[in-house]
Amino acid sequence: MDFLNAIIVLFNYTLIPALAYGSQLALGAIFVTLIYAVLRFANFATGDMMSFGTMFTVILTYYFQSLGIGLGVLPTALLTIPFAILMMILYMLIIDKFVFSYYRIKKSPPVQFAMVSVGVMFVTQAIIRIIIGPSDRRFLDGEKFIIKATEFKEMTGLAEGITLKSTQAITIIVTLIVVSIMFWFLNRTKTGTSMRAYSDNEDLALLSGIDPKRVVLITWVIAGILATIGGVLYGLDKSYRPFVYFNNMLPIFAAAIVGGIGNPYGAFFGGYVIAFAEILLTYSYKKFVAYLLPSSLEPNSLMQLLSTDYKFVVSFSILVIVLLIRPSGIFKGKTI
Amino acid sequence: MRNYENVIYAYIIMLLLIICVGLFQSWSIALTILNYCLISAVMTIGANIQWGYAGLINFGIMGYTALGGLAVVLVSVDPVKKAWQVGGLNILGSIWIIVAIVFITRFILKRFEKSLIRNYFIVFLIIAGVILIRVTATPGIEAIESVDPAVSGFLGGMGLPVLMSWIIGAFLAGALAFIIGKIALGLRADYLAIATLLIAEIIVSIIKHEEWLARGVKNVIGLKRPAPYEVDLQKTQWFRDFIEKIYSNKLELVNTIAQKKIILNQLVIDASSIFVKLCFTGLFLSVVVILLIVTQKALYSPWGRKMRAIRDNEVAASAMGKNIVKEHLLIFILGSAIVGLAGAMMVTNDGLFTPGSYRPMRYTFVIWVMVIVGGTGNNFGAILGGFVVWFLWVEAAPISLFLIDLFTAHLPETNMIRSHLVESAPYFRFLLIGIGLLLIMRYRPQGIIPEKIIKQ
Repeated sequence: MDFLNAIIVLFNYTLIPALAYGSQLALGAIFVTLIYAVLRFANFATGDMMSFGTMFTVILTYYFQSLGIGLGVLPTALLTIPFAILMMILYMLIIDKFVFSYYRIKKSPPVQFAMVSVGVMFVTQAIIRIIIGPSDRRFLDGEKFIIKATEFKEMTGLAEGITLKSTQAITIIVTLIVVSIMFWFLNRTKTGTSMRAYSDNEDLALLSGIDPKRVVLITWVIAGILATIGGVLYGLDKSYRPFVYFNNMLPIFAAAIVGGIGNPYGAFFGGYVIAFAEILLTYSYKKFVAYLLPSSLEPNSLMQLLSTDYKFVVSFSILVIVLLIRPSGIFKGKTI
Repeated sequence: MRNYENVIYAYIIMLLLIICVGLFQSWSIALTILNYCLISAVMTIGANIQWGYAGLINFGIMGYTALGGLAVVLVSVDPVKKAWQVGGLNILGSIWIIVAIVFITRFILKRFEKSLIRNYFIVFLIIAGVILIRVTATPGIEAIESVDPAVSGFLGGMGLPVLMSWIIGAFLAGALAFIIGKIALGLRADYLAIATLLIAEIIVSIIKHEEWLARGVKNVIGLKRPAPYEVDLQKTQWFRDFIEKIYSNKLELVNTIAQKKIILNQLVIDASSIFVKLCFTGLFLSVVVILLIVTQKALYSPWGRKMRAIRDNEVAASAMGKNIVKEHLLIFILGSAIVGLAGAMMVTNDGLFTPGSYRPMRYTFVIWVMVIVGGTGNNFGAILGGFVVWFLWVEAAPISLFLIDLFTAHLPETNMIRSHLVESAPYFRFLLIGIGLLLIMRYRPQGIIPEKIIKQ
């Protein structure tokens, strides 16, 4: 019985949160990696673009709520995501037209692209703060929990319960759907193949008649979808605050590089690597160990490897280690 | 001389702008802006050495700035004896453990062949080390943090004069740059940017959360100053006489002695704060001038030519027998040390150390915008960029407020759009800086004052 309790403690406090957080990171990381693979630059505006898409979802959710339109048990945000995605794609295409396309035609070095994306970051951040302000906003409605700890305890008679928030379930399910559609698209359709060809070797792709404008357009469309969904899922799970999104860019970068930048599978995997490492290394194992050991040996410390303050530090350290040992990432990405 | 004409014009315009602030807002604000402009100028010189001279992209400026600030606390604050007694030994012990782990790992890496067992052993060693450090340090940290937690709760510093900390801050930053350079300098440009950005974040979060070191987010206030304090100055006789002399015309108009005294007191209080700021301005200006002379000499020396050659064509430079790795590391250390110096200067100017305020937006990206806007590879340009961008950063809110008022004048005060815009006026600075950067990148990629190559 104690053994079962211990497993459930671990399941509840590490596995479920890590899966949800990892999914959010994975979507962001695929977004970064896609831009890197096709457009060939590190996009420092990642976090703020995700925030931008989420902002529209938040505003539309409030509007729909005032109209009384909703999805019942499911959060209204799921209904408003498609509209937000459209706005997001529009914004990205405008940015691309007025900012990035000039440097792409000029074939500027990636560093210049990165600096330009810093400029885009500033502008996006300003627009977000002018429209919605910097404050903390919650836009989750509908049912909050799928399984509550007390119900679980009653059901099974165990001392420990499992809590499954609806946002966590939605995050994991939506991520799986979106990512599998995207992989199917990249691998099985003609457009996806042409995108991969363009990312592999631009000149050869041009020779074989692939239209670069179309590839860029589709990349931005996919990027818009990923950015908005990733941002909204994070916002539903925690809360929407522009500043936090900027900070989230850092573990997302770490995930993309750890997985192997330029490789979507790597980015997907990297998201989970970072999330699990952050949560497993900063989780306090006191309760878990207490169940496994006899009561005389019960630990009096927190049994925590690192304090939770160092959550981000864990992911960045992993990045540094990966850069040192295997700079091309776990899955072979573009060589550095 | 004609070469320098536009440089001189640009600086005169900048100076006039600051004087305008003095005339229209207040001299105190103008001097504060000027001081921060000078500090920004030192940061941009550091960033420019790395980016402009050598083409290294370093997004870790925030980390070095924070480390420079930490140096001020570690050097100038008086040591907390009680904290050292209760927990000093544990902290020193942990530091020894860290040093031991580093050396053992290095020894293993050197001595044994590359194999899976070796890697596992190193991982095991590090995990064991972390646990050992936690066991040793935790009681010490708890003891230190419980010594007077409201005002102290940390180990304190060495109690040395604060100006020493500027040098030590530069050294600390340089040492950190050596470690980071060893790890990350082999990476391609945009990877280097991401890696340095994240490493800087690690440093700041360590400073933030290790409260025994510098009180973390609880901040250290009341740091020493190289300039006199306002309160002391107000009591000093020569200063009072001096102010009386300056304002003698104005004071003569007042009839009663009592009233005269009140007015004089007010004048002395105002003047003392300006005097202190002027002291700082003098200090900062001398640092900027010294750095400018040194960097300018370096830029046009054989060493500077070598750096530019490496920047423009690494392969060719390496074929000429230049050691690129070594030169890159050197310039990485030099630039970072200057940024560390600037960080120490900033904390000295503020008189307080607030680790929570170190954010990549303000301390990394804005500095980069300064370098790019001012002119990469040209020190005069970089300094001008520091001035212009900092000026815009501070004055953006008042300017945008003025513009909002102008454009929405026909709307009533209670109009929703108007009040919303007025509320979000502070965020227009991001818009201004971002659009400025994008425009400069597009239409004048070499910056306001472009790089000049003097043929010798």
